[in-house]
Amino acid sequence: MARRGKLILQMAAVSVVALLISLFAWQLATKEQARGLTSALERGETPPAPAFTLARLAGDGEISLASLRGKAVVLNFWASWCEPCKEESPRLESAWRRYRDQGVVFVGIDVNDFKGDARKFVERYGLTYPILHDGQGSTIGRYGVTGFPETWFVGRNGNLVGARIQGPVNDSELNEYIRRALAES
Amino acid sequence: MRALVFFLVAASVAAVPAYASEQHPTLADLANEVICPTCHTTIDQSSSPIALRMKAFIRERIAAGDSKSEIKDKLVAQFGESVLAAPPRSGFNLLAWLLPLVGAGIGAAVLAILARRWRRGRPESSEPGPSSNGRAALTPDLDRRVDEELARFDA
Repeated sequence: MARRGKLILQMAAVSVVALLISLFAWQLATKEQARGLTSALERGETPPAPAFTLARLAGDGEISLASLRGKAVVLNFWASWCEPCKEESPRLESAWRRYRDQGVVFVGIDVNDFKGDARKFVERYGLTYPILHDGQGSTIGRYGVTGFPETWFVGRNGNLVGARIQGPVNDSELNEYIRRALAES
Repeated sequence: MRALVFFLVAASVAAVPAYASEQHPTLADLANEVICPTCHTTIDQSSSPIALRMKAFIRERIAAGDSKSEIKDKLVAQFGESVLAAPPRSGFNLLAWLLPLVGAGIGAAVLAILARRWRRGRPESSEPGPSSNGRAALTPDLDRRVDEELARFDA
């Protein structure tokens, strides 16, 4: 009986240690995946864009990246408290209006932000493209986002293309990488 | 009985500020319990834009008469449970509070068992224990001989 109890205790201890090691490995793998995306883009590769499903800021349902397959997607990570985002937003809105009838979707992901502040921001800058809310910042780990704003481009086939733009994106970057995203099928 | 009364009085005295902090919190009460989502420190240690905004939000809610729990719930609704420095004492998160206690309890039990076994396993010895200088004590025979020698020396 004592031997059996000892065995159970040993197995429990081994299980706990194995669980902790798995968690650590998972965390490392997630970080490595995010780092790998940037490296792959720099090598000219087109890795699959990390999936996500997020609620719309306006509160009317959710959008998943998978549901946008077949369209070129401009993913813009931002927050209402981010100063450079204020400068960038009118440019994004203008580009969205130029491209929205050409199979391109702009998606703003509002991260680590109060919904009320984000709604005021959207209203103030007249943003009409879909805005999703990621209060917990679940997407920034997967994409390795380290600051705001940051923009990624997803091809029609769901793969990342072009480059990761850290800081406000300019018109020539938008035009160039949207063209590449449309060409990716 | 006296100890019980002392315990009850001490518990009551400790509960008063906790109750006041819950019902009428200050920014300081909350700022060290809320995590800044971009810098991953508590907001009292951060001056990042979102930490400043969160402090402003807390001030607004305090002015509106919210309790500490209500303010925390509102922050969790915006940023998720990771915004709390300590996990809530409910549901799955309760494990984070209970497991260290269980671990400490198991450790104490194991130590107690080992100590008991060690005590039981000590051989019963008729040998005299060590003397105060750390060396083996004199045997009765040697003791008698030392006394004899000293007596002869004195004579």
